[in-house]
Amino acid sequence: METLQEFFSFSDPSIIAVTVGAVLLSASSAVVGTFTFLKKKALVGDAVAHSVLPGICLAFILSGTKNPLWLIIGAFVTGWLSLVIIDNITLKTKIKEDTAIALILSVFFGIGILLLTHIQHSGNAAQTGLDSFLFGKAAALVGKDLQVFGIVAIVLLVTVALFFKELKLIAFDASYAKALGLPVKGMDLLLTSLTVLAVVTGIQAVGVVLMAAMLITPAAAARFWTNDVRIMTVLAAIMGGVSGLSGAYVSYVAPAMPTGPWIVMIISAIALTSFFIAPKRGIISRGVQQRRLQRMIMDENLLKELYHLGEKDADIYKARSIEEIVEERFFPKDRLRSSLRRLRREGFITKENGHWRYTEAGRQKGQRVVKLHRLWELYLSKYMKIDPDHVHEDAETIEHIITPELEKRLEKMLEYPEVDPHEEKIPY
Amino acid sequence: MDAFYIILTATLFAISCGLLGCFLILRKMAMVGDAISHAVLPGIVIAFLLTGTRDSFEMILGAALIGIFSTFLIEFFHHKARLQTDAAIGVTFTWLFALGVILISVFAGQVDLDQECVLYGEIAYVPIDLWIGDNGTIFGPRALYVAAMTLIVNVAFIRIGFKQLHLTTFDPAFAATIGVSVSLWNYLLMGAVSMTTVAAFDSVGAILVVALLVGPAAIAYLLTDRFQTMMIITVFVAIVSSALGYYLAVWVDGSIAGAIVTIIGILFGITFLFSPGHGVLMKKRLQRKEAQRLKTEAPLS
Repeated sequence: METLQEFFSFSDPSIIAVTVGAVLLSASSAVVGTFTFLKKKALVGDAVAHSVLPGICLAFILSGTKNPLWLIIGAFVTGWLSLVIIDNITLKTKIKEDTAIALILSVFFGIGILLLTHIQHSGNAAQTGLDSFLFGKAAALVGKDLQVFGIVAIVLLVTVALFFKELKLIAFDASYAKALGLPVKGMDLLLTSLTVLAVVTGIQAVGVVLMAAMLITPAAAARFWTNDVRIMTVLAAIMGGVSGLSGAYVSYVAPAMPTGPWIVMIISAIALTSFFIAPKRGIISRGVQQRRLQRMIMDENLLKELYHLGEKDADIYKARSIEEIVEERFFPKDRLRSSLRRLRREGFITKENGHWRYTEAGRQKGQRVVKLHRLWELYLSKYMKIDPDHVHEDAETIEHIITPELEKRLEKMLEYPEVDPHEEKIPY
Repeated sequence: MDAFYIILTATLFAISCGLLGCFLILRKMAMVGDAISHAVLPGIVIAFLLTGTRDSFEMILGAALIGIFSTFLIEFFHHKARLQTDAAIGVTFTWLFALGVILISVFAGQVDLDQECVLYGEIAYVPIDLWIGDNGTIFGPRALYVAAMTLIVNVAFIRIGFKQLHLTTFDPAFAATIGVSVSLWNYLLMGAVSMTTVAAFDSVGAILVVALLVGPAAIAYLLTDRFQTMMIITVFVAIVSSALGYYLAVWVDGSIAGAIVTIIGILFGITFLFSPGHGVLMKKRLQRKEAQRLKTEAPLS
């Protein structure tokens, strides 16, 4: 608790630099990542992260200094070049995008390693610290770095805010954007430049490999909570910021701990949690919905079969044994039993001496499903000109989905028909 | 002799990776290979902590399991959470890699691994690390044996399962109808990729393994349309780039693994431009010729 207070009192200026730097970096790359994620180009960030290495080394060899400006320009050039080459390979040969990305990122990185080791072996004293681009040095951020990060973060955020609508449009529907007269190529260029810029600065904090996570993971997590791009962008920024803050805190409490990997661990934990528990899109909620739907279909099918049995002996309210039901249509025993129990609890059927009988409400519901099934069969054969032999399967699915409004329209359109295409009576 | 050992080790690993890569790129799973090569890191660290050595059978087994696990995670996120594939890959491998780096720093005193080695390995130490028998006989570099074993296992795997791998790669729907389990062979292939990655880790590191997986196969893919020919060309490219890479590294005094990848990149660039059937320049020339022919022949004028 004491360390927590100590940390958040920011009494130590180096804590401020590390924390603010980590938060700014995580949040701004999360914002840019949102759009590459939506364009389904998430791994492009990974490619750029690996491809900046040869640029940094070349800039060092050519300029002979570690002046961050030169290094960033070098990184920018090769990062950019890699994306152009990936696009060209995918466009002009039969090689697919995933192969092109994997190839270019590893080749550029290999060239970078060759240059880096060459520089290191050359004994140039100025070179120490170049490898911070490989592994990041989030815990060693100082005030000067903070200025650079601050400026880059502001540039990124302001650009995204200014071109928000256009970026959104090209992410979802580039051809529509083109038809509207938007400069799609220019916007693509802008997004690429933003990605490269985010990578070039972010890589110094978390390193080559983990940079991809800074772009992809917050966006992937945010996507699970909303369908609105604006909210998603803000959410991704907040999630990124929180993980940056926590990462800085961890490395403050345990100085031996690397900050970058901890930021990634925390944002990954947020993402994994989101994948499972997010409402609507989350795995758990999806599973629950699916089960609910399965149960509803099972219950409706069961009530429908009771109606079919009643039609056969012209006694709708006769009590039926489980064997009779299974003979009419096969249901797995355990699912049948639990469905019967459920329907009884909900008052659609009653149980007498081990036999099951419709209640008034149950009869109504079963009859409605039968009616919808037969109406739909008639609709398909009459309006869609589908052969009566082929309409059953389709009706079997749609009978559970048709809403009361659609039901009314079907009845009206078909003028309350008496029988379906198989000459079976449609009950009202 | 040292040069020979290094080149031979590199070649053996490059051939193993290249053969698997042929399947990977045709299955559009190159990035999954990339993901696996990063994701095995925590497996390596944990196996190291448990066994105390770096090249044990347990380690390769443990890493193969982690590789299969990460493939499973990617599929799980993609199918169950409907996350797009690229994001599923990105989230999975960075998370496992971060875990690996954290484990390395937690157990820094006990694990003889560092981040540089993880990223680009050091094949130059191959001739130093010798395998010495109980009675003092020197059998040669340890890594060479590991590389040879890896190649034997991979060739055996591909030979035995060639029909199934081929079928599930080119026509998964047909494979499924005749009873070949697509997901089983997918996991087996990913298991082989993980195993090879781990075996090659010491020598070439995580990212350069990716170049060996994808590079030679991509070059071969541009030179032929027949799968068997593609595999033969892949082996050839693997040999040439290992040898040339070694001498490039000596010449510029840099990392051997980095130089091998640089050569692969150059070879790919040449193929990309000049491949007879698929090269960009060759296609252009064909187009020009065709346009010329149409102009001069100008029918029905």
